[in-house]
Amino acid sequence: MAQAIAINTPLTDEQVMKLKSGDSVLITGRIYTARDAAHKKLHDLIKQGEKLPLDLQGQIIYYAGPAPTKPGYVIGPAGPTTSGRCDPYTPDLLARGLKGMIGKGVRSKDVLDAMQKYKAVYFAATGGAAALISKNIKAVKIVAYEELGPEAIRELEVVDFPVIVANDAHGNDLYAEGMKKYRR
Amino acid sequence: MREVPYNDIVDTVARLCMEANYFLGDDLLTAFRKGLDVEESETGRDILGQLIKNAEIAKNEQIPLCQDCGFAVVFLEMGTEAHVAGDIIEAINEGVRRGYTDGYLRKSILSDPVKGKNTDDNTPAIVHTTLVPGDKIKITVAPKGGGSENMSEVKMGKPADGIEGVKAFVIDRVIRSSSNPCPPIIVGVGIGGTFEYVAFLAKKALLRNIGERNPDPFYADVEKELLAKINDLGIGPMGLGGRITALEVFIETHPRHIASFPVAVNINCHVARHKTAII
Repeated sequence: MAQAIAINTPLTDEQVMKLKSGDSVLITGRIYTARDAAHKKLHDLIKQGEKLPLDLQGQIIYYAGPAPTKPGYVIGPAGPTTSGRCDPYTPDLLARGLKGMIGKGVRSKDVLDAMQKYKAVYFAATGGAAALISKNIKAVKIVAYEELGPEAIRELEVVDFPVIVANDAHGNDLYAEGMKKYRR
Repeated sequence: MREVPYNDIVDTVARLCMEANYFLGDDLLTAFRKGLDVEESETGRDILGQLIKNAEIAKNEQIPLCQDCGFAVVFLEMGTEAHVAGDIIEAINEGVRRGYTDGYLRKSILSDPVKGKNTDDNTPAIVHTTLVPGDKIKITVAPKGGGSENMSEVKMGKPADGIEGVKAFVIDRVIRSSSNPCPPIIVGVGIGGTFEYVAFLAKKALLRNIGERNPDPFYADVEKELLAKINDLGIGPMGLGGRITALEVFIETHPRHIASFPVAVNINCHVARHKTAII
């Protein structure tokens, strides 16, 4: 594995600005799961000017809806889902201090622009490696929207959670650059 | 006529749902390992290594490979001399219900596409039934994840498009899918038939194992050519750049109307699940 950079949550602007697309990163600390259904609820609260069920300042959202937890386990397999479905709601969350996102797949231009404006980073986790990834999750707590089942917002305590910086706060895009580099 | 007990169908489907979600095919594991030799991107190699480890963990602990345990797509080949007492579709759904519940698999199905709520047991299954001679019942469960299914498409092309048109459509579909379907992908291609049948062909193509070529040498060559072209795109594992974008291209064909040229692309992620049993 490439030499990985260890980071702890919550993130500061300074930490975010140091990360470059292509970096391997190991995240330790608390992160929050939310998929598009939870994003829509957060977005509606923002539109109505109401308080969010979690403080986004410096936090990382992980686009994930885990499988059920088998007895004796902390959490079921929990890999990333397609990030693009959260794109319409993301700039508003970045404006409220969200510093990082973990998912899979390319982001919209609006999201990438907002990431530069508000200094945030987008990490790619390995889709379909859900059993492996769940080993880096040490504790789980539902924070909001329990009725959404796998789509509820969960606080995860993670240790050395492996990701790659796909889009950094400087406008670099590993999806575009990686494809260009290996195209024949 | 051979009588097949209702519960044999239920038990078999439940077992196949779990096995498909826990145990990755050896063909795929071999393809990941071969990919490690070919992949030039360090990130790409890291990802392939993670996929191999993931498959080991899922198998050893009997937990799902991916949290998206899919829509339960069932291919039922029903021997006309076999008889099941009761509703076989309900037996399949009972099997899905039991497999997804007892197996700790994620339930991802909404009861109605617009107004629906989660059915909480991953039913109903999508069942494709074919009647075949004999007294056996062959059941294949192929759980299909949303991320790769969303990158699929049907095109009603022009007969003048020919095979070059098919190739261009497939390549374009893969480029537009980019990182979303969790590369390395498996590409199922249907050519011919009608609007609805071509999509079925593309899905059915995904049931083949890695390396299983179309028996027609013409289409076998097209499969090989498309695979090489897709792997020259540079998309790479998880779309982060690299050599291994696809593990396979499978083409299935059917006669067509003189006026129509249907083509379908059904993309599968690297967790290409399908398990079969014959009762």
